[in-house]
Amino acid sequence: MDYLLQTMVAGLMLGGVYALVAVGLNLIFGVVKIINFAHGELVMAGMYLTWWLWSAWNMNPYVSLVIVTPVMFLAGIAIQKFILSPMQNSSPTMKIFVTLGLSVFLQNLALWMFGGQFRAVNFPWAEQNLSLLGINVTYGRLTAFIVALALVLALFYLMKRTLVGKVLNALVEDRETAGLIGIPVKKYYLAAMGIGISLAGIAGTLIIPFQAAYPLVGAHFTLLAFVVVVLGGLGNMAGSLLGGLILGIVETLAGTYVDPALQQVAVFVVFIIVLIVRPQGIFGGSARNAEVGLK
Amino acid sequence: MLEVMNISAYYGDAQALEDVTLSLPAHGVTAFLGPNAAGKSTTLRVVSGLIPAATGTIEFEGRDITGTSPQERVAMGIVHVPEGRRLFNTMTVEDNLILGGYTKRKDRKTAARLDEIYDHFPKLAERRKQEAGLMSGGEQQMCAVGRGMMAGPKVLMIDEMSLGLAPVIVKQMFAIVKGIAATGMSVLLVEQHVKNALEVADFGTIIDGGITRATGTAAELRESDVVRESYLGH
Ligand SMILES: Nc1ncnc2c1ncn2[C@@H]1O[C@H](COP(=O)(O)OP(=O)(O)O)[C@@H](O)[C@H]1O
Ligand SMILES: [Mg+2]
Repeated sequence: MDYLLQTMVAGLMLGGVYALVAVGLNLIFGVVKIINFAHGELVMAGMYLTWWLWSAWNMNPYVSLVIVTPVMFLAGIAIQKFILSPMQNSSPTMKIFVTLGLSVFLQNLALWMFGGQFRAVNFPWAEQNLSLLGINVTYGRLTAFIVALALVLALFYLMKRTLVGKVLNALVEDRETAGLIGIPVKKYYLAAMGIGISLAGIAGTLIIPFQAAYPLVGAHFTLLAFVVVVLGGLGNMAGSLLGGLILGIVETLAGTYVDPALQQVAVFVVFIIVLIVRPQGIFGGSARNAEVGLK
Repeated sequence: MLEVMNISAYYGDAQALEDVTLSLPAHGVTAFLGPNAAGKSTTLRVVSGLIPAATGTIEFEGRDITGTSPQERVAMGIVHVPEGRRLFNTMTVEDNLILGGYTKRKDRKTAARLDEIYDHFPKLAERRKQEAGLMSGGEQQMCAVGRGMMAGPKVLMIDEMSLGLAPVIVKQMFAIVKGIAATGMSVLLVEQHVKNALEVADFGTIIDGGITRATGTAAELRESDVVRESYLGH
């Protein structure tokens, strides 16, 4: 029983990070209307950047957030400006190919720069256990969970309470009208990409103290983020948070009690069940919510 | 103040406007009239910069603005309240209004402008926190006009304001719009109902088949034989 609870808590902690990855993907989808198949590779970029700062400069992985965050924000802006924006009027299929191409490019770039081996950050503090009410959880996972949750909630606040958030919501709903009433639409695409991708990079930093980087690690995150977004409802931010937490638990339980090799299969099973039973997502509520979302 | 001179416009290869000329004074209500598919909405889209003019020029306060972006035009004071209202339906009335004031967000007068709009439309004050998409058609139209006013327009172009509204509400809205124009701005009212519109307007322009057919004061147009025969139906 204790062990079950412990496994679930470990999964919950991981799920917070998945939620962080997924809200970024959801924001980009809602605002820029692009399905970013390279999202997981941007998590990977955050992981490698943190690993490099740690191995070459001996930088504390959590301190490296002050570098990873702005670098990934700028990367998001660059991707929008130089890759996606020139494609603005292309067909949706072409846009999918472009982000798929970007993901393959980043995988190969990682292979070339860092080799195929696992790159881990062995930060002893992160592996120490904290015992809370008889449940053990590592500092690394706990920190990842707390920071990720804080950032997701900060994003909720931004979307609900600030002018930037209102503008982003307006773009989700009707970008033509947003332009008509004087909103510089392209500037806000840059903002959404910057925010979404910096969140992916931060997730990479948070996760590398307990999960090593390798050139194909991104595919795992892209898949997870997609399942979370479908689970929580396309465009539904709160749904992404809950979906992320649930998926973290499901994946960890499957890995512990069934077979570590079947973790991803478990994620896929959840994905397919949701698609069959509730294609609008568990928390979507109605098709309308899923359509206009980011509530 | 706003001079639209001999513009033409296309959707892809299809010509929508052939030769539209429209002149707005600094104050008062101008009715922009014509049957369905005459090119009224297209003219507004060209004036607000959503689609380019293929030929012709647009001048605002003496300056050629033909090549400027929609955002620049809103900032100059040319504001377009689109056909079908196009509110952000899942957002509150107040958030819709606040977004309408985006280009003026730095002048710190948002609260004052909101108050002014709530004065014109007390219904909107009651509904401030309501989701815009859940209101009645009349309330939504008020919100759309209010959102346009938040940009501090010099020219407010309202497309098919009365469409789908009950006659009493239409009367109310016309009266409010006249009041807004009296505060010192130019209002362009796009309408299909020539007779009603010419009763509230000071000036009028009639367009048909993408070409300007008649222009003058509202009184002149009401008395004109061509207008009476072709558009007033008597
Ligand atoms: N988005 C569009 N794409 C293609 N053609 C359009 C579009 N909007 C309007 N048109 C065409 O342009 C012409 C003028 O339409 P419009 O400006 O909407 O007229 P009105 O507002 O006077 O009813 C019509 O022939 C219409 O079919
Ligand atoms: Mg029209």
